[in-house]
Amino acid sequence: MPEKEKKQGTNISRRNFLKGVGTGTVAATVAPSVLIGSEKAADAQVDDAVANATIQLNINGKSYQIEVEARTTLLTVLRDGIDTSGSNIDLTGAKLICDRGECGGCTVMVDGKAVYACMMLAIDAQGKEITTVEGLAEGDDLHPVQDAFIQHDALMCGFCTPGFIVSSAALLNENASPTLEEIKVGLSGNTCRCGTYPFIFDAVKTASRKM
Amino acid sequence: MEKFSYVNATSLEQVTSLLSESGWGEVMLIAGGTDLLAELKEYIETPKTLINLKTLPGMDSIEADASGLRIGALATVADISMHPTIQHHYTVLSQAAGSVATPQIRNVGTLGGNLCQRPRCWYYRDEATDCLKKGGDICYAIDGLSKYHAILGGDPVYIVHPSDLAPALIALGASVKIVGPEGEKSMSLEEFFTLPAANPFRENVLEPNEIVVEVSVPAPKPNTRSFYLKAREKGAPDFALSSVAGVFEMDGKTCKTASIVLGGVAPAPWRSKEAEAAVTGKMIDESVSQQAGSDAVKDAEPLNDNAYKVTLTQNLVSRAAMMAAS
Repeated sequence: MPEKEKKQGTNISRRNFLKGVGTGTVAATVAPSVLIGSEKAADAQVDDAVANATIQLNINGKSYQIEVEARTTLLTVLRDGIDTSGSNIDLTGAKLICDRGECGGCTVMVDGKAVYACMMLAIDAQGKEITTVEGLAEGDDLHPVQDAFIQHDALMCGFCTPGFIVSSAALLNENASPTLEEIKVGLSGNTCRCGTYPFIFDAVKTASRKM
Repeated sequence: MEKFSYVNATSLEQVTSLLSESGWGEVMLIAGGTDLLAELKEYIETPKTLINLKTLPGMDSIEADASGLRIGALATVADISMHPTIQHHYTVLSQAAGSVATPQIRNVGTLGGNLCQRPRCWYYRDEATDCLKKGGDICYAIDGLSKYHAILGGDPVYIVHPSDLAPALIALGASVKIVGPEGEKSMSLEEFFTLPAANPFRENVLEPNEIVVEVSVPAPKPNTRSFYLKAREKGAPDFALSSVAGVFEMDGKTCKTASIVLGGVAPAPWRSKEAEAAVTGKMIDESVSQQAGSDAVKDAEPLNDNAYKVTLTQNLVSRAAMMAAS
């Protein structure tokens, strides 16, 4: 310990400092800002610190009001969230797999761009257009990417498929006729452990021709 | 994740004042959150409060003019990689940004977050391992598994700095604007990053109550060629095993000036003055480029499992030099 303390130039180590600071201190430090915020509660930009919040999310064109903890991810809300009216959101197309932003199974679109729902706080998704795989089809008309996945048999076990379909749709939003290399880069944030990649790339190519 | 409170930033004054009320780790900043949330999920950090920076207006802008670039800390990595001026005139930066992680992460990850992201070391990222970086007694990479660790500047902590943007920006001569309770200050991005010998717990000079707000890059000189070469273990997205950001001011095949900065091999982006000296004022050919490569790694001290990084880095530097002259 003494050597470490010398290096940091202080007589407490960072670890011990963290352990030594209790919640009481923190509540006190945050309080002034909360008070200032609540005086101006009518302002759109409220600077209250919240541990829980009722948030409004726009998912697949539908508005939901949900009570969340600040730490709740967008993915958790989509899959397990309950609207304040008591109905389950139940959008389980986005999959909870790695939960670390590596596998792409939870990919959704936020304002038209592919993101990992597991690495975004639900509270951060307010005011944005969220599109999940369930929101791509229009009624019984599948999205061209969905059609092309069926046509090319671009899945084996299918667990990664919703993520790949959303990533493919987001890619085609930005680049209507990608080259094979651009398709590979565009889908590089999704992993298929069955190795269906060539069929997936073919499906995206086909979808791009139809869009 | 532990529970935390969440507060929207309304001004830099409010942010620095909230940060000033505690030391490291109590109040933390969130922008894209792609690095932070992973740390929270692993209980590496357990903040009581997160400040959401995305509500700060205007901090995501990218401005380019004849004098250079000014990039707000909230600009996304995707916006940097696809910006037309950056693609044409700051190629090394565009290439580095395009090589970061995956499309999903580039769409939300920010410049400020990329520069301030924490190391990927598996001992650091393991909740149960109380390594030197987290206030423990030793760096486990020394006797443990060290395949992805530092070959330069490691002592006493052998992490590597994971940023791709940092080497590219340093090679371009970037400076960083930092705001604290006393106001703003600027410094070269090269000086922003620190080695573990100076402070084993942090990777840069930021105080707990300071925040990165902008990076400026001077316009490259005419006839500048720049490249970002990144070696990964696999074809899929990954952090660099070793990377080279090279900015060469050329006169035909002769190199007038060079900036060569290595990534993935040291706890901070590693400016290789030795490699720069090997090419400056020379007509770059096979032997000059090979000399630059071997000079870049002459002080390398690999651990048990990462000697391959010495050869890899040497070859990347040589290749960058050859590309400058071709």
